[in-house]
Amino acid sequence: MSIELTVNGRPQRIDAPSHTLLVQALREQLQLTGTHVGCDTAQCGACTVLVDGRAVKSCNVLLAQVAGAKVTTIEGLAQPDGTLHPMQAAFKECHGLQCGFCTPGMVMSAVDLCRRHPQADAHEIREQLEGNICRCTGYQNIVRAVQQAQAATAATA
Amino acid sequence: MGASDFSKLPHIGEAVRRKEDMRFLTGAGQYTDDVVLAHQSHAVFVRSPHAHARIRSIDSAAASAMPGVLRVFTGKDIEGKMNGLPCGWLIHSTDGKPMNEPPHPVLAIGKVRYVGDHVAMVVAETLEQARNAAEAVVVDYEVLTAVVDVRDAAKGGHEALHDAAPDNNCFRWALGDKAQVDAAFARAAHVTKLDLVNNRLVPNAIEPRAAVGAYNRAADEYTLYVANQNPHVERLLMTAFVLSLPEHKVRVIAPDVGGGFGSKIYLYAEDVCLTWAAKQLNRSIKWTADRSEAFLSDAHGRDHVSHAEMAMDKDGKFLALRVHTDANLGAYLSTFASAVPTILYGTLLAGQYTTPQIYVEVDTWFTNTAPVDAYRGAGRPEATYLLERLVSRCGWEMGLGQDEIRRRNFITSFPYQTPVALQYDVGDFPACLNRANELAEVAGFAQRRAASQAKGLLRGLGYSSYIEACGLAPSNVAGALGARAGLFECGEVRVHPTGSVTVFTGSHSHGQGHETTFAQVVAARLGIPVENVDVVHGDTGRVPFGMGTYGSRSISVGGAAIMKALDKIETKAKKIAAHLMEASDADIDFANGEFTVKGTDKKIPFGQVALTAYVPHNYPLDKLEPGLNETAFYDPTNFTYPGGTHICEVEIDPDTGTVRVDRFTAVDDFGTIINPMIVEGQVHGGLVQGIGQALMENCVYDRESGQLLTGSFMDYAMPRAGDFPDFRLDTICTPCTHNPLGTKGCGEAGAIGSPPAVINAVLDALHGSGVTDFDMPASAHRVWQALQAAKSAPRARPAAA
Repeated sequence: MSIELTVNGRPQRIDAPSHTLLVQALREQLQLTGTHVGCDTAQCGACTVLVDGRAVKSCNVLLAQVAGAKVTTIEGLAQPDGTLHPMQAAFKECHGLQCGFCTPGMVMSAVDLCRRHPQADAHEIREQLEGNICRCTGYQNIVRAVQQAQAATAATA
Repeated sequence: MGASDFSKLPHIGEAVRRKEDMRFLTGAGQYTDDVVLAHQSHAVFVRSPHAHARIRSIDSAAASAMPGVLRVFTGKDIEGKMNGLPCGWLIHSTDGKPMNEPPHPVLAIGKVRYVGDHVAMVVAETLEQARNAAEAVVVDYEVLTAVVDVRDAAKGGHEALHDAAPDNNCFRWALGDKAQVDAAFARAAHVTKLDLVNNRLVPNAIEPRAAVGAYNRAADEYTLYVANQNPHVERLLMTAFVLSLPEHKVRVIAPDVGGGFGSKIYLYAEDVCLTWAAKQLNRSIKWTADRSEAFLSDAHGRDHVSHAEMAMDKDGKFLALRVHTDANLGAYLSTFASAVPTILYGTLLAGQYTTPQIYVEVDTWFTNTAPVDAYRGAGRPEATYLLERLVSRCGWEMGLGQDEIRRRNFITSFPYQTPVALQYDVGDFPACLNRANELAEVAGFAQRRAASQAKGLLRGLGYSSYIEACGLAPSNVAGALGARAGLFECGEVRVHPTGSVTVFTGSHSHGQGHETTFAQVVAARLGIPVENVDVVHGDTGRVPFGMGTYGSRSISVGGAAIMKALDKIETKAKKIAAHLMEASDADIDFANGEFTVKGTDKKIPFGQVALTAYVPHNYPLDKLEPGLNETAFYDPTNFTYPGGTHICEVEIDPDTGTVRVDRFTAVDDFGTIINPMIVEGQVHGGLVQGIGQALMENCVYDRESGQLLTGSFMDYAMPRAGDFPDFRLDTICTPCTHNPLGTKGCGEAGAIGSPPAVINAVLDALHGSGVTDFDMPASAHRVWQALQAAKSAPRARPAAA
């Protein structure tokens, strides 16, 4: 099976068996190892990427399902010159990460959260992060980070 | 440099943003599963589907013939070629006999003892081929009866797991003076009794365990990449105890590690298999656990069943504490397993109180479950949960508040020698309690309770005043207590010719932010920018030695080793500076990155001294070696004793049993704080794990079959963002008196202090409904059941807080 899609702005053609998951193609074919696998039941959200701007758990999607789509992974979130996306910058500023393993998925999820609910308050942010598990941070600083990124995005809009 | 001077240096107490974050936020971290070696093959483990069975035969012929399969290894292949996995602590029973220490084979030999036990390792060119072949390995089992619950094991009459432990008892350990305790009970005005279960937990670091074994035939060298918290310990255990390999031929690299919480301390069977088989096949081999495999095979935590009694005088002053605990060890002795319910548990039962006599007796049992070992807190949460539940109950039974009963019994003068072998150096327990009361707005609780009542909801307040022993450990003390290794730490400070610094530490960061905190320590001492200091950890090929990260020891032991190395750097640099400024060594002062001569305006910067050390043209070569590179080992003289008070306030819907944590306050004393942002993050994480244990997490095996019923994130309730309010935090500082930083450690406090605060709050909320006792977790279903049961039972509960 040969699939064409755009990953982090670059067109890609991937030859892989038809049962290949998106996360496998990203990690193994494209060596984009920033997207992590933390479970096998689509619960932890460490593998979350953006597919056409929507947060998707890449362990739960076949590569074939995203043919023609624009996929953004954590490696593609910052500006080409290395300037961090406001969400990445906010996670650093607010200490919204510790071991870093859930972080790529958490950040991608948070980016989509802000797109869908730019005005979400702390309580709504906590509810909206339901699909991502972090074992280190206790979530409080992740909520702070999302709020800071909301504010930064609103200020530049 | 003393702790008091240290705490006043620049960068100490500064919320420096983390140096490691850039790679984690851009996908540039390198975790073990991200490592891809040339000619890499893949391993899959065939695991036991039975809790207890004899292996009649293993037929791997069909699997071996499948496409891409390189080899199928079973217990027969390793038998006689290596030893089993070692246990790091030798505990002696009350009768003086050493603990029963049955073999822990790397691949099952003759028998499997828990669901998930390692039966065979299949290695193939691709992961898919290895998986397919693993399914084709045919194992003929003779299924035996299993014992799972520690209460069942303690009753006896079950089939033995191991020949070396015919009644499944590993050891009976005790601490304290039983006769004195019994005498104190005989004269008590009141005795409060409590039975408790400390529920079994699965650590669930979000990065599953993983390892890549490699072998270089030309050099006869092995390399193991592994998600591990202490690579030197891993290497020591693997080479010296299991494989009988010389250490210089084995390099262990623990690269970025995605959380550990204890579960990645241990030497696991997979790590040994991959290292050993890499030579057999002359190939690199990767294995990464999937989450289901992690649930089955990672070491679990807690799982104690206890009975506790407190003797008091008429005023609620504690006279004596008596405890019996049955601890579940699982099927085999994991690396620290025997230390957790003993050395790390019984010694903490004095808590923050002046209880003059304590006797604790612990029976440990083998069961057909995954091995149980240290999980965030390791023994100390179990001690704290027991003691703080008991203390609140004492208060209720004596008609005193949860606050008052604690206050009446607090230790207030230091150093304090407990009756259970520890000497607390310093602390201020009333200060923590007072500040927690303020921050939790306890004064307004009655009003909030009335408001909840008006809505048909129940509100409760729960206290927990914990202490922990961290900074493991004085090696001679640990050795006397059965440790088979030292517990010092090593640090190397390498000053480069241009004045920047690389630090090599035996501590390991798997989320704790050492690359930042340790850099702050060095930058503060040398008066250089934090960005001029890089920290290297997690590689036996680069770091001289190390005992790793667990027991909140990194800053207090690892940081202290770096401080010692910095002392040596400073001493040598002063000699160089003295030479350059033509002064005597004794007249040189060093502060803010500058060397000065007493009583003159002469000064030179640190960078000039560093350059001179490596370009020694004008240098006392007859007296001093060139270079500025020092290594130090630090062995602590005591444990450190973080402590504090946590107050939880819950609201419960009696119609559904749903418990909502409305507010949670933690006031902790960690001594000197180097980076308050990182410390606060550690507290947040610990609290969520502790409150998670109290409210939702619960590892359940079927009591008959030994099947793991909570084997995925669909079945095991992991705490999520929506389960918590924002925490109210503050700190009190009484610096540790015996290390050069004054630090005590903060990694485990949240998980240790919080569970009893939550359950005390739940009990306080439910007291009017007749619920007198409750075991974790306080899930809606269990609370609702307790409320229903209480409706038909007679009221027995005394007045509440």
